[in-house]
Amino acid sequence: MTLPPEFQEWFARQGWQPHPHQLDLLEADGDTLLIAPTGGGKTLAGFLPSLVDLKDGHKGLHTLYVSPLKALTADIARNLARPVADLDLPIRVEDRTGDTRTSQRARQRVDPPQILLTTPESLALMLSYEQAPQIFGSLRRVVLDELHALAENKRGDQLMLCLARLRTLAPGVATTGLSATVEDPAALAGFMGGARIIQADPGPEPDIAMLATARPAPWSGGGGHYAIPEVLAEIKQARTTIIFINTRAQAELFFQALWAANDDNLPIGLHHGSLAREARQRVEAAMAAGELRAVVATGSLDLGIDWGSVDLVIQIGAPKNVKRLVQRIGRANHRYNAPSRARIVPANRFEVIECVAALEAVHEHDLDGEPRGPGPLDVLCQHILLTACAGPFDADALFAEVRTAGPYRGLTRAQFDDCLDFAATGGYALRAYDRWQRLMLRDGLWRLRDPRAVRELRMNVGTIVEAEMLKVRLRGRGGNLLGEVEEGFAATLVPGDTFLIGGQTVRYDAMREMTVEVTRQPTRKPRIAVYSGLKLATSTQLSHRVQALVGDPARHWVLPRDTADWLALQARISTLPQPGVLLSETFPHRGQWHFALYGFAGRHALQTLGLLMTKTMEDAGLGPLGFLATDYALWIWSLDPVTDPGPLLDRGSLRAGLGDWLAGNAVMKRTFRNVAIIAGLIQRNMPGGRKSGKQATFSSDILYDTLRRYDPDHLLLRVTAEEARRGLVDFDRIEEMLDHSPHHDHRMLDRVTPLAAPLLLEFGRVPIAGQGRERLAEAEAAALMAEAGLT
Amino acid sequence: MTHAFDFAGHALEARPSGALYWPERRWLVVADLHLGKSERMARRGGSLLPPYEVLATLDRLEAEIVATDPAAVVSLGDGFDDDAAALALPDMLCDRLRGMAWGRRWIWVSGNHDPAPVCPRLPGETVDELTNGLVLRHQAGQGPDVSGHFHPCVRLAGDRRRCFLVGRDHLILPAFGAYTGGLAIDSPALSALVQQGLAIACGGSRALPLPVGAVRQSGRRA
Repeated sequence: MTLPPEFQEWFARQGWQPHPHQLDLLEADGDTLLIAPTGGGKTLAGFLPSLVDLKDGHKGLHTLYVSPLKALTADIARNLARPVADLDLPIRVEDRTGDTRTSQRARQRVDPPQILLTTPESLALMLSYEQAPQIFGSLRRVVLDELHALAENKRGDQLMLCLARLRTLAPGVATTGLSATVEDPAALAGFMGGARIIQADPGPEPDIAMLATARPAPWSGGGGHYAIPEVLAEIKQARTTIIFINTRAQAELFFQALWAANDDNLPIGLHHGSLAREARQRVEAAMAAGELRAVVATGSLDLGIDWGSVDLVIQIGAPKNVKRLVQRIGRANHRYNAPSRARIVPANRFEVIECVAALEAVHEHDLDGEPRGPGPLDVLCQHILLTACAGPFDADALFAEVRTAGPYRGLTRAQFDDCLDFAATGGYALRAYDRWQRLMLRDGLWRLRDPRAVRELRMNVGTIVEAEMLKVRLRGRGGNLLGEVEEGFAATLVPGDTFLIGGQTVRYDAMREMTVEVTRQPTRKPRIAVYSGLKLATSTQLSHRVQALVGDPARHWVLPRDTADWLALQARISTLPQPGVLLSETFPHRGQWHFALYGFAGRHALQTLGLLMTKTMEDAGLGPLGFLATDYALWIWSLDPVTDPGPLLDRGSLRAGLGDWLAGNAVMKRTFRNVAIIAGLIQRNMPGGRKSGKQATFSSDILYDTLRRYDPDHLLLRVTAEEARRGLVDFDRIEEMLDHSPHHDHRMLDRVTPLAAPLLLEFGRVPIAGQGRERLAEAEAAALMAEAGLT
Repeated sequence: MTHAFDFAGHALEARPSGALYWPERRWLVVADLHLGKSERMARRGGSLLPPYEVLATLDRLEAEIVATDPAAVVSLGDGFDDDAAALALPDMLCDRLRGMAWGRRWIWVSGNHDPAPVCPRLPGETVDELTNGLVLRHQAGQGPDVSGHFHPCVRLAGDRRRCFLVGRDHLILPAFGAYTGGLAIDSPALSALVQQGLAIACGGSRALPLPVGAVRQSGRRA
């Protein structure tokens, strides 16, 4: 296909020149993967073949566009409207998301538009309708936007299963993936089930550096507040700035600190996932209208609408992974041939080293990324159930189709049959549901036993499982909705407590019908601002770079002077961690013994290691009192010293410990809950629901404990264990650490070492419970009784 | 460890399992077993939950019977998730229940979930309420009475625990069944029944008493 004359004229009228990769994509046959930096006209490139193909008309659905964000589909609809109108093309463009009205959905089923814009969840839902073969039979093209982001989690696995279905319903459909810069394009193409890769010109090198500050980074903490004056100065000089911060709580605190110092009253906004949708939309609209000089944001702005006016990105805190840093830098300056400008602000002394290492990686174009695991089975279970909603299916045919999806190409028949058995009978060792199977085999085809199940299954579509969130509302009739907090956080609140949300301090008054009621309290200092406990761990590759930089004094000149001096002192008093060597230190401090292990394995793996090692220490009678994990180090304090860490780091006993003990851990229960929801064992809002105000339903923890006791080999427990190897438990990285650093170097010292000192100042200590939790409960109960005079 | 307390002039014991023991009569009282809950959900086209909840509940109940050797066991209503669930109980589990009832009285108080008399394969008798010394019924009525139905729960040190709720007029038992949710004691339904008194938290190795007024005043502590 070439660009027809009327399209060439249209481009010329806009004063545009088609990018080479846009023409490449037009000429390509079959499936393609376009890798282009932000601002490279990716989306237009993705749609150009459809627009050209559609100029002579098409009956039914022609192009399906899938994006991770609902907001993006609306934006695309607006952008497409222009060429469609200018060129008078016979094309209807509509979107279909969770927000689409029911009447519109019904009409789309009967009379689909030529171009339909949707999300992975809405696509899965549409494929579960009986009319799916009619709707999608005429499909010619699929465009998958922001594929790099979708591939990072289970939404991508579900999307690829849906794509496999689309390829069956519309043989010969051509798929185009659109992606930002990634470390391994071939792997992403394989994820799509194979595609020809088209690389756009990456554009000029970014202008990126550490932000020079008058005060050095503090020893510990993550706020980055020391750099406020310099950040404000940068905002003043730039047109529009995005300030990225890693967590919502830090974003709130930084926003507040920024405003306290904002003497010129520069318009600065705040954007994160816990804010009410209206509040976020206001900020987005103000950004689009060019009314804001800066916005403080979390990952909630990582994807999304292109704002051409942004010319500076400031990253507060270590970027944790190089690829994400590069993608964030790309948000600055969306003109294709201008360099992006970005400044990085390390939040503490350790992060200074990480920032320097990350900058080196950016300059060397050395992106990181963990290889993707095989497609998870809980997603497949959901896919099987939704397939049954569309109509009876043949198991052999479905198995063959699923294997054409990239993430599931290695799926064995036994694994598939396990998932099918789970979907049909629950998959329990005790065959209790023969009469009440969900799926029945009749005339060689699997089908739903009870058609009423369709509704429940469709309600449960999707792989995004949020923590239980509670709405936060100002007290009084019709009080404003401020945002949401995690239920776990809300449970810690006592009336009178103050916390930050949406940039303002509020006081907790009461909990009413699953809503947290608050009053504004502008004068009080917030007690706490905690939302999601999920922090990213530093990537393996970046951790290795940090470790290599720390261990090589000849290269310390690249570090700021104060940081280099700190490492030099450590080298003199103890020693520096080296690649290949696992360094640990034991020293006394204030009447207790301290053990520091410099594992450079990311906070999740080191947290898990802390849980496992303290358990072994408790068994050995060393009296561990608590531990703390950062991305670089694990610190444990105890009554007796660790003199030989060897046995504590024994791979076999760590593995055994993981199996026995961590299995009962809250992190595992949370993992199980997500797996159980995705697989369809429990609903997001279980029947009997929380909102009725009647007895809340029992928690998934009870199911987890019951399965572990009575059916320990159940499919969902196996999936849960598999997930624990990555994610929050991240056991694979403990193994990687032991592989990467086979030699132990343990030092006994008489006082706190320079490298360990910042750890002692960090927040996030985990007390060791053992019998302690029960004692804690007893003490609290006794105190309450005493307070009430009931002893 | 159990917690001993007085209610309506009788000395009673709250056991950490959520069972109530009445030493004077040697009665063991459990509320809201909800046996057959997973079977009922499956029958109605819902989720196929792990079908082990009857087993798990009976394991715990048997341990209580072994520990207390009661003269009578009282299921204080909603012993079954519905009447059909009682009929669908596998023979093996009926045998087990008969074994547990051997040599003692077994009384099923009917609840809103299981109004009909239990099926002939099961041990014991079915009554609407018991009135000898103490009034025992499924749902609290004219006090003083001992009841279940509400599945009271309390937050303690960050955990949500099933609890007894002891007021002047009403003693409300926690749900004993494995797959049972809970209702916070500060919910309107429970506040209306017990304004002042004790919540006795279960689930750990000890039954822990807490003053109800104080818990409500200071909100949900964690």
